Amino acid sequence: MFIGAIGCEPLQLRRAHLESSRSVDVYRRHGGYEAIKKVLDTMSPDDVINEVKKSQLRGRGGAGFPTGMKWSFVPKDSPKPKYVVCNADESEPGTFKDRYLMERDPHLLIEGILIAAYALGARTNYIYTRGEYKYLIDIMDVALDEARAAGLLGERILETEFCCEIFTHTGAGAYICGEETALLSSLEGQRGHPRMKPPFPAVSGLYASPTVVNNVETLTAVPDIIKMGGDAYQKLGTEKSGGTKLWSVSGHVNRPGVYELPMGYDDMEKFIFEDCQGISNGKNLKAVIPGGSSVYIMRADQIVGKDVRMDYEGLVAAGSMVGSGGFIVMDETVDVFESTKNLTEFYKHESCGWCTPCREGTDWLVKIFERIDNGGGHPEDAQLLLDLCDNIEGKSFCPLGDAAAWPIQSAMKRFPEDFERHLAKN
Amino acid sequence: MSQQFSQIEPLYQPVTMPDEVAEFSSEVEAEIEWHLAKYPVIRSAILPLMFIVQRERGYLDPPGVNYLAKRLKLRITDIWEVATFYSMIHTKPIGKYHVQVCKTLSCKLLGSEKITERCSKKLGIRVGETTEDGNFSLSEVECLGSCGTAPMFQINFDYYENLTPEKVDQILESLP
Repeated sequence: MFIGAIGCEPLQLRRAHLESSRSVDVYRRHGGYEAIKKVLDTMSPDDVINEVKKSQLRGRGGAGFPTGMKWSFVPKDSPKPKYVVCNADESEPGTFKDRYLMERDPHLLIEGILIAAYALGARTNYIYTRGEYKYLIDIMDVALDEARAAGLLGERILETEFCCEIFTHTGAGAYICGEETALLSSLEGQRGHPRMKPPFPAVSGLYASPTVVNNVETLTAVPDIIKMGGDAYQKLGTEKSGGTKLWSVSGHVNRPGVYELPMGYDDMEKFIFEDCQGISNGKNLKAVIPGGSSVYIMRADQIVGKDVRMDYEGLVAAGSMVGSGGFIVMDETVDVFESTKNLTEFYKHESCGWCTPCREGTDWLVKIFERIDNGGGHPEDAQLLLDLCDNIEGKSFCPLGDAAAWPIQSAMKRFPEDFERHLAKN
Repeated sequence: MSQQFSQIEPLYQPVTMPDEVAEFSSEVEAEIEWHLAKYPVIRSAILPLMFIVQRERGYLDPPGVNYLAKRLKLRITDIWEVATFYSMIHTKPIGKYHVQVCKTLSCKLLGSEKITERCSKKLGIRVGETTEDGNFSLSEVECLGSCGTAPMFQINFDYYENLTPEKVDQILESLP
C-alpha cells in the first residue's frame, strides 16, 4: 500500500516513513513541537484562531466546515471549562487516513490538540478513538506518556503558564459516534445517540460545556499552519479549499493507499490512471465513490475527459463531494445494484435507532433490496426505493439518514441499467 | 390478499441478575482507577471499564454488570442500556478468538465473501456461531478501516490484512 504525497511536498505525511516515527525524539528532530513553542512564545489565542481562519482549513471529517470559524464560536466569557475532543472514530466505509496518521505520527496529533486547546482555553481534552483501533489507542497512550515526560503535556508546558492534559477514550463499535453530538453522548457514558442542534457543541457540548470536536486530519494540519502561516498554507490549495488533503484509495486500483494531494489537484482522471496506476487486472473503470460511502457515486464518463478538480468546489461541480476522502474505485465487473445494497446494509446496521425515518427507513430499504435480489422485485419497487429515500433524506435527526439515502438516489439515477436488470428478474 | 404476521422476538432476552459481584485483582483495580481519574464525571468511564470486564471475564456477564453498577454508582439498567448499544460489547459468551470478517464495500469488491466462506469451512461454523470447544466465534462486521489492504479480518484486536483463502488457513492454524 502506498503512503505519500503527489503533486506537493508531503505535509501531514512528512514523517510517515521515518524510522521510529512515533518517538518524541524523532518528531522533535524533524520540526516537531516547534509550532506549539511559537504559539506559546509569540501568539495570543486570537492570533491562533485568525491564522487558522486565514488558512481556509475545512473540517476533514466529512462536512467540510471551516475550522477557524468553528473555533471562533466558542464563547470566551463562559465560566465553564472548555474541551477539545479529537474525533478519531474513523468509520466511514472507504476511509483509513486517520489510522495511518495516528499510527505513523502520533505526536503530530498531540501538538495539534495542544494548539487548539491553547486557542480555546481548554485544559482537559480527549481523543475519541473507535474501539476496533485498540492498537492506536495504545500507540497514543505511549506517545502521551512520552510527551508528559518531556514537559510537553501537563502543568507548565515548555516552562510557560499553559497547562493542558490529553486523554484517550475508546468507542465500542458504533459508526454513529463519528457524528459529533453522538460522540459526545458516548463520551459521557451514554448510548451513542445524536443530540439536537442548536445548541451547538461550541456552546454546549461535553458535560454541557463549550466543546470543539475536530477530526484527526484537521487537527494534524494545525501545526503546519502555525509554522508556515495561514496564508502560505491556503496557497498550497485553492482560494476556498486551503492546504492539502488525504485521500484513502481502495477498491480496483493497482496501487491503493493514502495519498496526500494539494486541494484542487488536477485532475481526477490523471489521479486514477497515473498516480494510482490504473485499474487492476487491465479492466475498465466503471464507477468511483470519491468521498466515503455517503457521497454520490460517479460514472466513469463523469470523470474521464472531464477535468475534475479534486477539491470541495470541483467535486460538487462534477456531481459528488469530498466527504471524508474515502476514494472507492470500481471496475466494469461491479454491479452497482449489489454495491448499493452492500452500503444500505451498512447504514441499516449502523442506524442508532433514535429517530423513526432512519431506523425504519433503512430497514425497509434493505428488505426491498433483498426482495429484488431474490427475484421477487415488483416493477414499482424502483419508485418505492426513491420514495423511501425521500422520506429519510432531510427528515432524519442527524446526517446518517441523508448518508443512507444519497448512495441509492445517485446510483439509481446514474446506473439505472443495473437496477432494471435486477427488477427484470421477476 | 391475505396478510402474514410474523412473530416479533424481543431483541434481548430478560436476564436474571444474581447477587454475585465480580471481583478483580489489585492490578486490574489500579487500571480501573487510572481510567476513572481521566474524567470529571465517572459515568464517562463506562466503555473503557466494560472492555476491562470483558477481557477479564470473557464477556460482560451479570456479575460484571453488577460490578460496573456499583463502581460507577449507576443502576443496573443503566449498564445494560449502554452495553446493548455497542456492537463490541458482548453480553453473551463469545469464543476465545473472535474472527471478524469485514464485509463492507471495499472488502467486498476484493473478495471478502471468499474469506468468510473459508473461515466458515475451516472452523466448521456459520457466521454468528461459536465452535463447540468455545475457541472460535465467527462474525461478519462493518468497515474496520482497512480498505486499502482489503480483504481483511480482525481476530480480537489484531488486524490481518491483504488476505487470501490460503493465508486464512495459515493464520487460523497458527493461533495457540
